[in-house]
Amino acid sequence: MSWLSHIFGEKKATASVAKERLQLIIARERVGLSGPDFLPDLQKDLVAVISKYVKINPEDIKVGLEKQGNFEVIEVNIVLPEMR
Amino acid sequence: MATIITITSGKGGVGKTTTSASIASGLAMRGFKTAVIDFDVGLRNLDLIMGCERRVVYDFVNVIQGDANLHQALIKDKNCDNLFVLPASQTRDKDALTEEGVEKILKELEHQGFDYIVCDSPAGIEHGAVMALTFADEAIVVTNPEVSSVRDSDRILGIIQSKSRRAIEGREPVKEHLLVTRYSPKRAHEGEMLTYTDIQELLRIPLLGVIPESEAVLHASNQGVPAIHQKDTPVADAYLDAIGRFLGETHPLRFVDHEKPGLLKRLFGGK
Repeated sequence: MSWLSHIFGEKKATASVAKERLQLIIARERVGLSGPDFLPDLQKDLVAVISKYVKINPEDIKVGLEKQGNFEVIEVNIVLPEMR
Repeated sequence: MATIITITSGKGGVGKTTTSASIASGLAMRGFKTAVIDFDVGLRNLDLIMGCERRVVYDFVNVIQGDANLHQALIKDKNCDNLFVLPASQTRDKDALTEEGVEKILKELEHQGFDYIVCDSPAGIEHGAVMALTFADEAIVVTNPEVSSVRDSDRILGIIQSKSRRAIEGREPVKEHLLVTRYSPKRAHEGEMLTYTDIQELLRIPLLGVIPESEAVLHASNQGVPAIHQKDTPVADAYLDAIGRFLGETHPLRFVDHEKPGLLKRLFGGK
């Protein structure tokens, strides 16, 4: 049917693809430029604060950055030692 | 107080110099004493776009290095009485632009009673581009409806937010404006091109205007007359509207909607 689309001048609507790709790459680059630099320090500080009250392993605190819609979310996961 | 406006984009060839020439001319036409400075050391072009290339004697770097004074280097525009052009050096290397030197010249221009100083940034994110945005009060980010231009605009916005004096000193941030250039309403309408609302949504800064793709821009640069002087062309009207919005006026967007050509127009052509 390519001759039909040729006659009627059907064009490819690729702008939506461009927009989607840009949304992803821009979000990632914004985080890359301004975000995770402070995450290791944040993790260290959290370990220090929490250690004042509970004895924990530094590896049991996980800090990560996530994107949910238009928001960036810092996710902090703290695993407390098993109570015996 | 002089207001320093930086015209920037990251990517090259999107219309920074065309926009600098038209914005500076537009402000001068509104009666403001305006200077427009070419920061593209080694690749000067603003002089050609403004049509004053044969009157360049001294340049920006000459003034910074004390070989000439500002008065000798400023070229009076041929179309507007209160507009002056400070050309870039064609021969020196870009490191000749020192931060102290640039600051000194901007202060001196302010001292001479200039209302607006328009800084035409070079492409890229290196020294020259950073110097052009360091002292900005406002920034006009020129963006084409095309992926690489949008991404680079986002990068340059990040640099404005981290390297400008206003950012470093923790003052009120640089006021950012989006100017979409080379826009084709027809192609955007048909889903072939990012729409101006797409771009605004991606970059999240206020829209100053949309300049349509037009032959008038090439005619203007061929003749060395800023596009804003191409009377009654959509490009000139779009720049005039943008100037109005910059000064706080409200103007509805024009030349952004695609009108289907009528049968007669389709049969007989015409523009």
